[in-house]
Amino acid sequence: MALAVFVIVIGALLYLVIRFREKKEWKMPVQVHGNRKLEIAWTVVPALLLIALAVMTVQTLFELRNPESNNPLRIEIIAHQWWFEVVYPEFNITSANEINVPVGRDVSVKLDSSDVIHSFAVPKLMGKMDIIPNHTNTTWFRADEPGVFFGQCAEFCGIAHALMKFRVVARPQEDFQDWITNQQAPARASSGAAAEGAMVFNSKGCIVCHTVNGPDTNAMRESRNQAFMGGQKLTHGPNLTHFATRSSFAGALVENNEENLKEWLRDPEKVKPGNRMARLAAAFNDPNFSLTETDILALTTYLQGLE
Amino acid sequence: MATGNELLGGVLAKRPVAATGLMSWLTTIDHKRIGILYGTTAFIFFIVGGLEAFLMRLQLSSPNAGVVSPEVYNQMFTMHGTTMIFLVVMPMGAAFFNYMIPLMIGARDVAFPRLNAFSYWTFLFGALLLNFSFLAGGAPNVGWFAYAPLTSTTFSSGHGVDYWVLGLQVLGISSLAAAFNFIVTIVNMRAPGMSMMRLPVFVWMTLIVSFLLVLAFPVLTVAITLLLFDRLFGTTFFEVAAGANPLIWQHFFWAFGHPEVYILILPAMGIVSEILPVFSRKPLFGYTVVVFSGVLIGFMGWGVWSHHMFTVGLGPVANSAFALITMLIAVPTGIKIFNWMATMWGGSIRFTTPMLFAIGFIAMFVIGGLSGVMHAVAPSDTQQSDTYFIVAHLHYVLFGGSVLGLFAGIYYWWPKITGKMLNELLGKVQFWLFFVGFNVTFFPMHFLGMDGMPRRIYTYTSEQGWEFWNAISTAGVLFIGLSLFVFIQNLIHTRRHGEMAGDDPWDGRTLEWSISSPPPHYNFAKIPNVGARDDFWGQKYSEDSEGRAVRIVQGGSKGKAEEEGHNIHMPTPSYYPVLLAAGICMIASGFLSHLAVTFIGGILSVISIYAWALEPATVSNSNDDERGS
Repeated sequence: MALAVFVIVIGALLYLVIRFREKKEWKMPVQVHGNRKLEIAWTVVPALLLIALAVMTVQTLFELRNPESNNPLRIEIIAHQWWFEVVYPEFNITSANEINVPVGRDVSVKLDSSDVIHSFAVPKLMGKMDIIPNHTNTTWFRADEPGVFFGQCAEFCGIAHALMKFRVVARPQEDFQDWITNQQAPARASSGAAAEGAMVFNSKGCIVCHTVNGPDTNAMRESRNQAFMGGQKLTHGPNLTHFATRSSFAGALVENNEENLKEWLRDPEKVKPGNRMARLAAAFNDPNFSLTETDILALTTYLQGLE
Repeated sequence: MATGNELLGGVLAKRPVAATGLMSWLTTIDHKRIGILYGTTAFIFFIVGGLEAFLMRLQLSSPNAGVVSPEVYNQMFTMHGTTMIFLVVMPMGAAFFNYMIPLMIGARDVAFPRLNAFSYWTFLFGALLLNFSFLAGGAPNVGWFAYAPLTSTTFSSGHGVDYWVLGLQVLGISSLAAAFNFIVTIVNMRAPGMSMMRLPVFVWMTLIVSFLLVLAFPVLTVAITLLLFDRLFGTTFFEVAAGANPLIWQHFFWAFGHPEVYILILPAMGIVSEILPVFSRKPLFGYTVVVFSGVLIGFMGWGVWSHHMFTVGLGPVANSAFALITMLIAVPTGIKIFNWMATMWGGSIRFTTPMLFAIGFIAMFVIGGLSGVMHAVAPSDTQQSDTYFIVAHLHYVLFGGSVLGLFAGIYYWWPKITGKMLNELLGKVQFWLFFVGFNVTFFPMHFLGMDGMPRRIYTYTSEQGWEFWNAISTAGVLFIGLSLFVFIQNLIHTRRHGEMAGDDPWDGRTLEWSISSPPPHYNFAKIPNVGARDDFWGQKYSEDSEGRAVRIVQGGSKGKAEEEGHNIHMPTPSYYPVLLAAGICMIASGFLSHLAVTFIGGILSVISIYAWALEPATVSNSNDDERGS
């Protein structure tokens, strides 16, 4: 409709400027002051168009408010500077930045923020909804086709706002069930090189912010957040229990492969300027805890084994 | 009783007497000079804001470009928005209010000339305070809208946000003072016979804008004061840890912010309403409705603010209400477009540079208005919000709208202000470069928004598919830059070689064209007696039986212009407006440096206020007639 109005109005404008341009032999025009009928007409017609638009708008707003089904999959998103925590309360799963959902089923999303205002925006699936601290929002969507849908934070939230992304992975029902089962399984025990990585993970302080032995609890989140707000050098970081099952990391910024992991562990600030890990983690700020290349190789092996 | 002059004695008692030079500009209370000061300053900040945008566009022209760091980028988009709104569009409008309102209503100055000067100086000092942040640890980097809780000290620990707050406080004082001044001027100082419904539309728009300013700025003042208290004194109005709901900031901000956008567009609409009739040689079609729709927009503009909040989760009832009112406001806005087009219909259109800009305004505003109506459809706005689709909309209405309208005003009134014509060829070249550049830069942003590109991101990756339109968009900036270069050339060229304008180079309709270019410092030798709307036109033309205007053979009306204005006492220049403005700026900046500065600024302010109040507005002085304007 906008296009039609545009064509009509601009078309008329072009017509006017051509037809009434001053000619060499110009005559002083009739000094018309107005035309009541015309003015009423061009008030009423747009008003009617807008009324039609308004009716559709209000209808849609109420229609879209709740999921269509009365048994949606429930997930909770907790937004952080600069990543999305994903919780499946019905299944006791905590993940990060990748939201796995079954195709064809409504998903109800509860949105909370642990710091500033963010926004949950995955344009191919739904209109966005802001994530506001102290103001929980709920929205919903449904993926009708399988696939990977890209999302990105859409409310300016600080230095790494541009780098705060996520993915919705819509799987056929059985696939999704398998995924749930896998995520619910306890963390894989590590052996060999991976076990060395596990030791580095503990000794160099990664364990302080990242949970690797199952889902996060609210208590854990709270205590890490309080510590951060209180100025301590720690924060709540993404749960890494099943890190290897994700296709991306660093806020869905880079693909989850060996090379990228190493780059990240060598210099996270370079990969994602402003991120909290680079600013806070002992491994990157305290010479006693810095990561050697051997550490990094071990960690990479360990993390890639967390399936 | 001892007068203030006697009490203060010495230096403070004497009024400034310089007629030329720096001191005369620092102490001027002549609305025409103040208009020139506003206009020049606004133009300089236009370049500053433009450079900030240029850096942004350069950074976005390709994926992962390393032109600026995210820290710098975030300062750029914050300052670009803040600068363009508060330091360019508003003051450029003020430049025209200042220069033209008294001339258009047949007055010799505004109601409160010293307050007028004070408004300018406060604006300048506020602008400088805000920009000083670049040198003091970093400009604000939280967006021009500064959403809580990002602006709390937890998440924004530097001083940038404090500079934003304090700069805006000072700027707010400037706007409020000016608004009061113009309301009183327009209501009280119209020439005899100049009834409200005979006022030029530009004057009406100024009146509406002034009321909007008076009512909207205090809302911003409250909001930023609460924020300042949170940041400096530990209060918790917006502190989430204390349980605050950050939406309260958004409600405050947009209750100010939406009327603010009407403050930004109505002056340009007023200018266009003056220009179209002159260059179509026909009166404005439906004057009453155009005025009335302006008033309606002013009123209804208060009811739409949460259309900036369609994605925050207010619920379908609130969203419906705001969507409806937003659509409703499209009606008076749209009507104006039709009235303007009907003004041209049947006219004899002269494509001078001001007319080109005015027609360009109509076309660009239609596009911006249509995307605006699209945003009003709240459900689809959840796709558009916070993407480049909105950036496209806002630039079509503010750049394609306000800025084009203001440039139209510059070309239209330049002859009256300076006595010389701007070069038409250079003007047309500038217009076309501007028009093309603007559309090349901003039209693609509609596509980027539809492709999901969010706002306020300093970079993107090559997989996201946004490179092509971003590159095109950046290319457009070159045209815009070139057009400004041409404009500056025009200014320089005209200074020396400009054609003399004469009183009425355009065959105008309103009173400002009845006096010399530039006007004498007292404006009107004899205050005109106004018989009708477009009275000046009415003195030049009558209508034949068909309604066509017919030139009246000149008898006496030019003769009276020869009359010299003797013994016209104009208000006397004063030191106190600039001193008080400096005092206020010191009070504000002391919060960021040392409270001693606040204290000294306070003393300076109090002394200035008293001295100002106690000095007479006008001092009888034989210098009156010789003083240059």
